[in-house]
Amino acid sequence: MEVSVITDEHVEILLSDLLEQYGYDFTGYSRASIKRRISRIYALDRALSFAEFRYMILNDQVYFKRFVEQITVNVTEMFRDPSFFRKLREEVLPKLGTYPLIRIWLAGCSTGEEAYSISIILKELNLLHKSLIYATDLNPTVLEKASQSMFAISQMQQYSENYILSGGTKDFSSYYTASYSLAKFDDELKRRIVFSTHNLVSDHSFNEFQLILCRNVLIYFNRDLQHNVLDLFDNSLDELGYLALGSKETVEFSRISKRYKRLPGEKIWRKVG
Amino acid sequence: MRKCKAFIIGGSAGSLEVLLKVLPNVRTDIPFPIIIVVHRKHGTDSLLPALLSTRTELKVKEVDEKEEIKAGTVYVAPSDYHLLIEQNETFSLDYSEKINYSRPAIDATFQTAAEVYNTKLACLLLSGSNSDGVNGLKCVKSWGGTTLIQDPDSAQVAYMPAQAQLNVAIDQVLMIEDIAEFINLLS
Ligand SMILES: C[S@@+](CC[C@H](N)C(=O)[O-])C[C@H]1O[C@@H](n2cnc3c(N)ncnc32)[C@H](O)[C@@H]1O
Repeated sequence: MEVSVITDEHVEILLSDLLEQYGYDFTGYSRASIKRRISRIYALDRALSFAEFRYMILNDQVYFKRFVEQITVNVTEMFRDPSFFRKLREEVLPKLGTYPLIRIWLAGCSTGEEAYSISIILKELNLLHKSLIYATDLNPTVLEKASQSMFAISQMQQYSENYILSGGTKDFSSYYTASYSLAKFDDELKRRIVFSTHNLVSDHSFNEFQLILCRNVLIYFNRDLQHNVLDLFDNSLDELGYLALGSKETVEFSRISKRYKRLPGEKIWRKVG
Repeated sequence: MRKCKAFIIGGSAGSLEVLLKVLPNVRTDIPFPIIIVVHRKHGTDSLLPALLSTRTELKVKEVDEKEEIKAGTVYVAPSDYHLLIEQNETFSLDYSEKINYSRPAIDATFQTAAEVYNTKLACLLLSGSNSDGVNGLKCVKSWGGTTLIQDPDSAQVAYMPAQAQLNVAIDQVLMIEDIAEFINLLS
């Protein structure tokens, strides 16, 4: 990608098309990333002109789906930021273990790597049977992939290292069966996960949780939208529940910050007020 | 260049020693920000800003997402995110695919900055062993910005600046000892 043929005006046109035609509101997203994503798919799909590109998005449902999938960033990993997962394992989840049922909301779960990571920890803590993980994303295609519980085998060495760094002591390969280029994770791990679509911009709170995780999603939102989404989390979190964000995200500066106390060292806050 | 609104330095293998030599000689009243994007290992975040701040009186900090970009500050890109510049002169972070095996990718910062600052941008590519930054410099050039490289002969690893020299019209090739002076003369 060198010089972009997609201009700032093009971006605004497409975002208002998506809102008017499909009800998808991306207007509160940071523009630099969206513009790069749009330029990328424009080039990949060898669109002949902006007019043609726009027409396709507006009139071709299949292409529209692809477009939405491509302008959001779906990159994820298992046990990314091992020290974060260590904190979940050693402090947060054991605390929640005293509840009869642990409800967890994983917002922006993408293709599910985080959901299975949490499931593995819950299983090792003997809490999986009484936990429910609601793993949600805007994008139905990534959820479809997530529910298959299959990931590239080429990633497993990295994930296994992350797992060990996060405090895991089992043989990581005991959680999956290798088949050709894929690692298929045990069905038991997904028995307590519910995958479903939820749009953080436009959908409401749908339950009360003891732990909400939303990592590397807020970085794509402007400040106003970040604050709205943090309000949504606040409304969905039990007293003394935990809110976990990505390593560069924060509840500081938001309307809810006063009621949240940070756990030292990690981007995890406890609702205390 | 009329008026510089941002000076961005990209580097990889062999660039740290250059930064450590250059920073002490940069004047402390520069009227623009210096933004540093270097490849490094994930998880070593706070070390680099701390190290750099021992070499200058300028404020050195790791970028926070959505932070407003201010003159007279040295910003360091966090590891494992791409650093993007928004039209309203704030930073944003992006966790998309690696580019040239790198995250942060110098290309991503150079390109987004070029579209924001146009002619009022100078980008310098230092020592390194891959070609990250080359496409970014092309973009800077096409938006009228100033393209700079460390003299490949002076680089610990010449590949990166040499690739830039092969593929992009470079405005100036700088010796290590001339980099600070060049920055100091921009206004
Ligand atoms: C970079 S991924 C983060 C994945 C994972 N949480 C992690 O940190 O590794 C961002 C995810 O957020 C989702 N997303 C973006 N906008 C959203 C919205 N408005 N509502 C719900 N999910 C959204 C994207 O579809 C994508 O799967």
